[in-house]
Amino acid sequence: MKDTKAETFLRFDNVKKSYDQENLVVKGFDMHVQEGEFITLLGPSGSGKTTVLMMLAGFESVTSGDIAINGRSINKTAPNKRNIGMVFQNYALFPHMTVAENLAYPLTVRKMPKAQIKERVAEYLALVELSAFGDRRPGQLSGGQRQRVALARAMIFQPTLILMDEPLGALDKNLREQMQFEITRLHKQIGFTVIYVTHDQTEALSMSDRIAVFNDGVVQQCAPPAELYERPVNAFVAEFIGENNFVRGKVTQIEGETAKVETDTGTITTQTSEGLTEGAQCRVSIRPEKLFIHPTTHAHDNALTATFITRIYVGDFIRYYFRLPDGTDIIVKVLNDLSAPEFEDGATAQLLSLTKDCIAFAN
Amino acid sequence: MPSLNTQDAANARRQLRRRRRQAFLFVVPLLVFILFAFVAPITTMLFRSVYNPTVAELVPETLEMLEDWSGEGLPDEATITRFAVDMKRMANDRTSGRLADEINRALPGMSSVVKSTARGLRRADDAELAANGAEMLLAENERWAKPATWRAIRSAGQVYTSSYYLTAVDLEYDSEGEIIMRDTQIYKQLYTKTLKMALIITGLTMLLGYPLAFYMSQASPATANFLMVFVLLPFWTSLLVRTTAWIALLQAGGVVNSTLLWAGLINQPIELLYNEFSTILAMTHILLPFMVLPLYAVMRGIDASFMRAAISMGSNPIGAWYKIYLPMSLPGLSAGALLVFIISVGYYITPALVGGTDGQMISNIIAFHMQVSNNWELAAALGSLLLILILVLYWLFDRFVGTDNLKLG
Repeated sequence: MKDTKAETFLRFDNVKKSYDQENLVVKGFDMHVQEGEFITLLGPSGSGKTTVLMMLAGFESVTSGDIAINGRSINKTAPNKRNIGMVFQNYALFPHMTVAENLAYPLTVRKMPKAQIKERVAEYLALVELSAFGDRRPGQLSGGQRQRVALARAMIFQPTLILMDEPLGALDKNLREQMQFEITRLHKQIGFTVIYVTHDQTEALSMSDRIAVFNDGVVQQCAPPAELYERPVNAFVAEFIGENNFVRGKVTQIEGETAKVETDTGTITTQTSEGLTEGAQCRVSIRPEKLFIHPTTHAHDNALTATFITRIYVGDFIRYYFRLPDGTDIIVKVLNDLSAPEFEDGATAQLLSLTKDCIAFAN
Repeated sequence: MPSLNTQDAANARRQLRRRRRQAFLFVVPLLVFILFAFVAPITTMLFRSVYNPTVAELVPETLEMLEDWSGEGLPDEATITRFAVDMKRMANDRTSGRLADEINRALPGMSSVVKSTARGLRRADDAELAANGAEMLLAENERWAKPATWRAIRSAGQVYTSSYYLTAVDLEYDSEGEIIMRDTQIYKQLYTKTLKMALIITGLTMLLGYPLAFYMSQASPATANFLMVFVLLPFWTSLLVRTTAWIALLQAGGVVNSTLLWAGLINQPIELLYNEFSTILAMTHILLPFMVLPLYAVMRGIDASFMRAAISMGSNPIGAWYKIYLPMSLPGLSAGALLVFIISVGYYITPALVGGTDGQMISNIIAFHMQVSNNWELAAALGSLLLILILVLYWLFDRFVGTDNLKLG
């Protein structure tokens, strides 16, 4: 699936979008998507991810650049001729039609024979486990059920591509997790290509093959979830994905993939990132769960001395708050087991980390 | 589960009663107002369309005696004598004119007969009249010798009558008491024309209002508010001013005609005013907000994603509009249509000002009977028929569209 030599299925080529002829909302978006991939566009609101989706669906024009499916540009194709399924945040189920009629709609539009429509609707209702609900109106369904109908309706005409615009945004936490599982299941079972837009990173990390992190109209990084989390390419991604601590310092030496950074509490050896130069100011990111409090059995390369402020009991883990001499707050996550240490107010502690878990970003 | 004890139950009951009393007090002023300003006058008006005691009050004894008459030949002498005595009394109280009007409605041409007879009998001697009244009456005018005249008096003397309703649908009782068509057919034609004009106006406001409301619902709030001012501006202008503006535009020497003349498109002014055309034009203009407002309210609640969903599934925009958007906007459309239709069916001022003779609607005739011909009974009958008509149409609307498909905002 991630074989880059495979024919590109969907291609964005330097796509730009401006609404007001002054500001670009999307600034040169490039992406190659393989058939069957689950791609998530992740970013804060207003970062341009929904605009990209709307351009792909054909509801917004492309200011410049090209979008192509199977090598053919679709810039000029009418939205109803693109054969792209879409799931909306508000589901957009037609309230005056029953669930079955909603599912039949794209097939009726395609002038499919009635008997075949009936069969296909039954099949997809079974697929989303709503066989008994065909005669109900969308208004009589729960949020999760509506979401499943919307999914089935987007899949039923076997589109080349399914777009999902924050589809789980209106659901509560439990239902959201259930639906994440459901979408992943259907994606694996049927193998369609998905472009998924969300601002919820947990959702993105748990479902996607690749995630494109948007900020300010630009893709900051496009990578599989683990890489995005472990090897962010810049400080924005490091900060946006998951939780992170940042320690200020100055690069004293770069040697291949590692660098030495001098901070107020001593020197740290870190991974390098693009744009890092010797002698420049930098920020070192360390994940809260990659920091250990001395004494520990874990091996370590770096040690920071910090003052204990407070600890917060969360349940499965405990969050410790420390402060570095320069005033930077540091969070440490410790599993709630017997080794979780206790501190007096104002006590000092040694925070340990490995070189591979620290990344220095140029300021 | 512990239940309420008697004390608690009494408290709860008292609180409930208190809340109800308060709620009722809030609506009392309105209830009183509606009762006195609306229910009472309308009921009297409707009652008047079937209740006509004038003749019965003027000649009660004659009518009582006429009840025994078979309707063939002349009534017996005592009855006619009694009527002659009544005639003299009415001639002296100056009430014979009212009797003449009433009998004339039942049998045309009787007005002058009654009046001249009254004049003739005014000076007759009481004793002679009591003895010889029948003969004297018959001598005054030959029509008193016709049974039809007496049948007309008897039917005009009915306190409760359906004759006004018959008139309102162009029917009447003939002298034998059978229901027949009237010679002049006015009202049925007028009802049909009123309905036709109301339908045209409703159709026109739909054609103009639907795209406008759609555009407003899709536009940015600033644009929508700006356009809304234009929709509401005529609403805030006096009805009279707006109607007169149409007169200024459409009259023979008005803006439209002079422009067309100047442009050389016509050689002499065309008649744009005082006909059906001008009535429909002016009323469409006046009633447009009633269509746009409910439509806009409903359309604003329809998210753009519905159309997008339909289009993304392969439907072309027109198909998507017809299958998805139209049914979803139907509550606004039918509310607007119903409002415009019902208001225009009963519209009075605009047809009166710009309608001429051609553009008159049923309300103008009702007003005519109220103010000019003084036939309040007929006006009431016409008015209640209009009310019944609207109720029937509303019922049909409920049957076929459903009133739960109505949304005013």
